[in-house]
Amino acid sequence: MTAPGPRSSLPPAITPDVFRVFRDDGSIDERHDPQLSEEELSFLYTHMVQTRRIDERFISLQRQGRIAFHVGSLGEEAAIIGSAFAMRPTDWVFPCYREFGAALMRGFPLQRLVDNVYGNSGDVVKGRQMPHHYTHRQGGWASISSPVGTQITQAVGFAWGAKIKHQDVSAIVYFGDGSTSSIDFHSGMNFAGVQKVPLVLFCRNNGWAISVPVDRQTASATFAEKGQGYGIPGVRVDGNDALAVVSVTRKAAKRAAAGLGPTLIEAITYRMGGHSTSDDPNQYRGSAEMELWAQVDPIERLQELLYSKGIWDEQRDEALRADIDERFRQAVAKAEATPPPSLETMFDDVYEKLPWHLAEQRAQLMAGPRAPGSR
Amino acid sequence: MPQMNMVQAINGALRLAMQRDPRVIVLGEDVGKVGGVFRVTAGLQAEFGEERVIDTPLSENGIVGAAIGMALNGLIPIAEIQFADFIFPAYDQIVNELAKYRYRSGGDHTTKVVIRTPVGGGIRGGHYHSQHPEAAFVQVPGLKVVCPSNPYDAKGMLLAAIEDPDPIIFMEPKRVYRAAKGDVPEEAYTVPLESARIVREGRDVTVVVYGAMLYEALDAAQRAYEQGVDCEVIDLRTLWPVDISMIVESVKKTGRFVVVHEAPKTGGFGGELLALVTERAFFHLEAPPARVTGFDTPFPYTLEMEYLPLSHRILPVVLDTARA
Repeated sequence: MTAPGPRSSLPPAITPDVFRVFRDDGSIDERHDPQLSEEELSFLYTHMVQTRRIDERFISLQRQGRIAFHVGSLGEEAAIIGSAFAMRPTDWVFPCYREFGAALMRGFPLQRLVDNVYGNSGDVVKGRQMPHHYTHRQGGWASISSPVGTQITQAVGFAWGAKIKHQDVSAIVYFGDGSTSSIDFHSGMNFAGVQKVPLVLFCRNNGWAISVPVDRQTASATFAEKGQGYGIPGVRVDGNDALAVVSVTRKAAKRAAAGLGPTLIEAITYRMGGHSTSDDPNQYRGSAEMELWAQVDPIERLQELLYSKGIWDEQRDEALRADIDERFRQAVAKAEATPPPSLETMFDDVYEKLPWHLAEQRAQLMAGPRAPGSR
Repeated sequence: MPQMNMVQAINGALRLAMQRDPRVIVLGEDVGKVGGVFRVTAGLQAEFGEERVIDTPLSENGIVGAAIGMALNGLIPIAEIQFADFIFPAYDQIVNELAKYRYRSGGDHTTKVVIRTPVGGGIRGGHYHSQHPEAAFVQVPGLKVVCPSNPYDAKGMLLAAIEDPDPIIFMEPKRVYRAAKGDVPEEAYTVPLESARIVREGRDVTVVVYGAMLYEALDAAQRAYEQGVDCEVIDLRTLWPVDISMIVESVKKTGRFVVVHEAPKTGGFGGELLALVTERAFFHLEAPPARVTGFDTPFPYTLEMEYLPLSHRILPVVLDTARA
């Protein structure tokens, strides 16, 4: 951990207009402090650490060849955990594919996440999608899609439905800076603005869409200002400042719940890893940027605060990390011992009932030869 | 029993569905105040209000994406895409999202949406108001595709589509929106989404058709009959999953098979039907199976009556097939 004290410099993306709670010296700006209880602060911190730790473990498993793929959220833990924390448990989440930490926070069992990454028969989605495309309906968690932005219009429809049904339910939708170029961002923002739906549009501006930096993605000075064209207020927040993220998301969530309409939040953060384990960021960016962002690591910032308040200490921290490692180790051991989904499940859930052509094809598959290496 | 055209029958189905189930929502471009460019949703907004009959911004992918989200929240959205020619901006939402939501979530989520869209030519609509793109949806696992040809089926199939648990592309043959008339009960009823219908029984040639071309096939069948060829005309009604057993039974009887559709020939649904018939009734065939379709060109404006597989083009193919 970094010693408390003044930072050398903020990343230039954190311009003076960006909403912050943590000051440069690590102290708290009382005017904007969400005033979380000690339990809430510990909860936030615990989930941010858990997210980082699990990310690192999955990357390690991928490097060992034990899983095929991982897409994570290194460096974006405050943006993801802080925003999801600010929503009510009854609200719905329309995730992108980097928010597993928020899913765990909302009660998605770790075992199910690991099963999903292994694509085994314990996987909620029955091994049908790449890792991190799980779902958790019970926790108000939509299904995850790889094409970016598609969840935006869907989240708008969900929130619109809540309005039609006069339900006290809102939604939050996550997407990256790259998704703001998609057709669904435009349609979704437009529909959300016109219908004033109870929705928080949360843009994780992590600087990069795979290899393309934000200045190649848009000519706007900011992503938040795109809201103006749709009649939606836009706010910029330091995405590495968990308390600031909680504050702005709570405000947006309250606005949504009060029927005042959607808010676009641009959380300025940094993707501290590759796009996924299939990507090598050294091909397109240097390390200087990363070193700058390491100075404002979201977990270290919160840790310093918790230590200084006496809420947390090194002993508890070690115990937390050991506990996460052990739970993860057990989940992996179980996932690796769990068989793949049975062959016939390939045909389930295409339709509610199996139509004749799928029944015929399933019978052909079952009676036919097996693929090489098939169990 | 009252006489209705297809517009009135579909409107009646929507009204009944909305009256009996508050979850049913209608959304699309111009569907509210003006009741749709074809007036299919006329009067619904006045009866059910702006919250349930929604004039959306002009964005097909937005309409379908929002409908998916509404379905996730327990509503039953009926989305109108004003012309099937305009559906392609929503193709990603339909193919990758709507059709896959149940499968990709392991059955955890379902997205019950009906997408209504007028299809087909013969209305002087040119390329952008005439296409019949069923093949692009039949090939998508997770979708059901239907195309009624008459008011009775249109009402019963739309009510069945709304009750059905899967997402449905409901294609409405706009050339016969008002021309096709028939007896339609006032009350609710369903027409099952798995059965085709033998519209004309015959011994010599099986003619499979759907939508507006049914009437052309029936005209050709009558002319063929006058020349001594007895056609059996099957209206598919549901395109996918298709009622393959009815088709195969008929071909086993006649030994001859002709399929008619408006869409281009190559990669069209007719090719799939030919393959299915060939796989299942090859040894019963007494002549090469044949297709009468639109050409592999964009849909032409001025020459549309030469493009469409109308009776004058169906007749010689039927006669050749019968006499081969």
